This record gives sequence, C-alpha cells and structure tokens, in this order.
Amino acid sequence: MRPANGRRAGGFLLTHAGLLAGVLVTCFPLYIIFVASSVSHDEIARPPLPMFPGDRLWENYAAALKAGVNIPVWRMLYNSTVMALGITVGKLAISIVSAFAIVYFRFPLRMFFFWAIFVTLMLPVEVRIVPTFEVAAGFGLLNSYAGLIFPLIASATATFFFRQFFLTIPNELAEAARVDGASPMRFFWDIVLPMSRTNIAALFVILFIYGWNQYLWPLLITTEPEMNTIVMGIKQMFPSGDDVADWPVVMATAILAMLPPVCVVIGMQRLFIKGLIDSEK
Amino acid sequence: MQRQVVFNARFLPYLLLAPQLVVTCVFFFYPAAQALYQSAFVADPFGLKSSFVGFANFKFLFLDPYYLASFQTTLVFSGLVTLFAMSLALWLALLADRLIHGDNAYRTLLIWPYAVAPAVAGVTWMFMFRPGVGALSWYLEQAGYQWNYVLNGGQAMALVAAASAWKQVSYNFLFFLAGLQAIPKSLLEAAAIDGAGFWRRFATIVFPLLSPTTFFLLVVNVIYAFFDTFGVIHTITSGGPQQATTTLVYKVYADGFVGQDIGSSAAQSVVLLFLVGALTVVQFRYIEKKVHY
Repeated sequence: MRPANGRRAGGFLLTHAGLLAGVLVTCFPLYIIFVASSVSHDEIARPPLPMFPGDRLWENYAAALKAGVNIPVWRMLYNSTVMALGITVGKLAISIVSAFAIVYFRFPLRMFFFWAIFVTLMLPVEVRIVPTFEVAAGFGLLNSYAGLIFPLIASATATFFFRQFFLTIPNELAEAARVDGASPMRFFWDIVLPMSRTNIAALFVILFIYGWNQYLWPLLITTEPEMNTIVMGIKQMFPSGDDVADWPVVMATAILAMLPPVCVVIGMQRLFIKGLIDSEK
Repeated sequence: MQRQVVFNARFLPYLLLAPQLVVTCVFFFYPAAQALYQSAFVADPFGLKSSFVGFANFKFLFLDPYYLASFQTTLVFSGLVTLFAMSLALWLALLADRLIHGDNAYRTLLIWPYAVAPAVAGVTWMFMFRPGVGALSWYLEQAGYQWNYVLNGGQAMALVAAASAWKQVSYNFLFFLAGLQAIPKSLLEAAAIDGAGFWRRFATIVFPLLSPTTFFLLVVNVIYAFFDTFGVIHTITSGGPQQATTTLVYKVYADGFVGQDIGSSAAQSVVLLFLVGALTVVQFRYIEKKVHY
C-alpha cells in the first residue's frame, strides 16, 4: 500500500502547488497596484518598485478621493454608482414585465416581439457606436444620468433568464389565481415576484458588474469631468504629452474602481455563480 | 415551450412589453438602420452634405490595407486570448476538481478578476509593464531584454492579449468546473479500476464529455475578444503602435469619433453586425443541440 499512498500524497501536493501558482498569477497584478498606491511618487519614478507596501496609503487615497486629477474621485464613484444601479434596476424592471407578458399571455404578434428582443443580442453597443451616439445626442442626453443609463437598459439576456424561470412555475398556481378571480397583475405581484426573489438577486449581481464596468459608452456620452464615471475616468487621469503622471493617485483610483464589483462578486459568490451559469442556459 | 394556463387581456401584454420595445427601437433598431443607411453615403470634408455612393464604402473598405490588417490583428488577438484564457482555465478547473474540500478558498481567489472592468485591467497591466515606471518592465530591462511595448508592435499585442486573457480565465474556470463536476464519478472510477491513467481518462472520458462546454466557451471567448476588449486596448495602446493592436471594434471607434469618417465607420459597423450575427447563430445552434444532447 505504501507506494500507492506515496503517489497519492505527491498528487495532492502537486494539485495544491498548481492551484497556488494559478492564484499567484491571478492576484499578482492586484498586489503590484496596491503597493504602487501606497508609496510616494518618487519611489515609483525610481524603479524597481518596492516589494512591500509603503507608508503613504492614507495620503494617496485621501488625495484621490478629495482632489483627484481632473475631478475628485468621490464624484466619479458617485456617478458610477448611479449609473450601475440605474442600469441594473432598469434592466430588471423592463425584462421581468416583458417576460411575464410573453409567458402568461397569448396575443397577436407575440412571437414577433419575442424575436425582436432576441435579435438585440446581436447588436452590442460597440457595433453601432456612431448612430447610437447621434440618437442620444439628439435627445439632449449628453452629460446626463439618463444618457448614461437608458441606452444600455434593453436586455435580451435578462428577458430570457426570466422567461426560462417563469416556464418552471407550476401551472396550478396560475390556474388557482384565475379561478379565484385574481387579475394578472395581482398574480404578478403576489405570486410571481416573490417566487423570483433568488433569480432577481442572482441577476442583480451580474447586471451590477455589467453596469459598473461600462467604458466605451460613458467615454462618448460624458464630455464634462463632473459626469465622468470612475472606470472611464482613470484613463483621463493619464498625463497628456510629456507630463508626469501622479501614479500613486492613479493606482489608488484603480483600486477604488475595482472595489465595489469585486466585493459584490466575493460577498455574493453563490448568487453570482448561479446568475452567471443559469443566464447562459 | 408553451404554457397551458394563460390570462386573457387585450391591452395589458402590450403595455407590459412597451418599455422594453421602446428602448429597443430607439437605441437598437433605429441606430442599426442608421448605420445601414449611412454606409451608402459619403460626407464631404466639412460634413455639410453627403452624397449617395451605393456600395462604394464597402468596396473601398475591402481594398483598404489598413482595414484588412485590422482583420488580421483581430484574428491573431482573439486566437491568443481564447487559447490562453481557455487552456489556463481548463488546467485550473481540472486541479480544483480533484479537491474534495477547500476548493472554495481557491475559487474565491481565482474568480474575482471577472468583476474587474476591462479598462481597469488594462490600466493595471499597463502600469506593470510601462517602460520607465513599471514594476516588471524594469526586471525585463535588467535581464537584457529590449522591452518597450510603446514602440514594438509584437510586444504591444502580447500585452493586450495577456491582460484580456487574465480577465477571462475566471469565467472559463467557473464553466469548466461546473462541466467537470457534472461528469459521473462512477465512469471515472470504472476506468481507473481498469487501469486507465489520468491522461487516458482525460482523453477518452473527460474531454469528450466536456466538449459541449468547450465549444460554448470557444464562441463566448471569441465574442469577448472581438467586442468586450475595447477598454483594454484603449487604455494600454490606443490601437498602436502603427495600428498593431487596432482591432475591428477599435477601428470603428477610431474612424468614427477620432477620424470623423462617418461613411466608412458605418460600413464597418455593418460588417461587424454580420459577424456578430454569424457568431450568435453558431451559439444558438449549439444551444439547440444541447437540448437533444
């Protein structure tokens, strides 16, 4: 038995060694920018970068939050929060009611509408940039929260996710509601919505990350620094031409930009994995 | 799939669909139609009037060496990203699948990059490898390696591909792990008892049973590399040097907003529309297949 056990133990160690190597590669970039956000500018300008965090952590983060480069970072965090929550709540709201309509009613053109929503999967904002920008500008949506939110809230993915879930709700529930004379909307509020709680939460995680991480659209739609979101604002903090960047402040901003979505993923890991894997089915 | 029990209402379903349809029409269908329309016109240099040119924008596009080069760039880039992100994720998922306990800690440490925005991933990798300040570029220079992605196109491509793949590993890892955990353990044990080693079990049982997941991820990764990596490229290289990292999506942006060549940008949008359409059809056919699997 000894050789077999020996091989087992060796395999066990190799498995952990391999996973640790993967974790190291995954987390190393985070460590580097964390160190960079905790040292002085001079330490970065004279490479190599120190191995361990410096003593200027609070100064750098305070400088970023209060002053930033073009605009205080707290303002960009606020803009990102409004945009991410607006996109998330908007997508959830319009998708859940349209999925309800498609599953629980029969009406002319039902399949036509279903396909009209489906084909939007094929139209990411990246492929229709210029005309979408012109439409938004025509409505006067430049530099507004409405402009950051509305063009991004149509979602085929969320509609399908809810449709799939509604199809698993037992027929008896709708039958009972109908026999009792409950209106469709009453059925929606009292039965469907409470039953969808876990699914809504799972999708909330995915959509919040999607909304927070938007880059190209905020880059086009916001021209005033006051409306910049943090993810697109970091690039605006790079110096133009030969100026020297304030790297510790820029790196502190990068950490602050990662923090909310990463906390959501780690804190709600179960819901996140459910939302990710179920919404692709 | 149809439901037997439905409600009767004449206007309510339209009312419920209205918000989604309005947003879809205003921000999806109308702009897509605009792109089709604009792709048949050329504006004068002052943007005062535009004249109908039919398919000339497309003809010009496919004769333009820069556009053809960006096609090639996109293929190389998405090939690199897909290869690295998928093989690394499969390797890690195979390892994590061997653990009975303790895979949660590893999972948490491996999946968080999913939440990092492509643009922030770009800033992070740019800082690590920026000549003069970067944490790793200094060691490369000390080792005698001529590292400067700002001037060297091949190095720029390697850097944007690495940053994009780093972010995508977490997604692939979760799907591979879910696929591996769905494989019946009895099959693997039976093969092990018959004397099949790890690689043999992998080649004859694991990989074939994992192929639907692999194919699905292949399509998702290509779509990711095509459309979701704008932030990475814009923050690290801005498409340079000499367009070495200008992908198709980056070129639509560069020509439409920086170069103000609306006709050409619209024609490029239409080409991309067909590409996304083809990829979505491939993905959809896969989903249909999976139902019968």
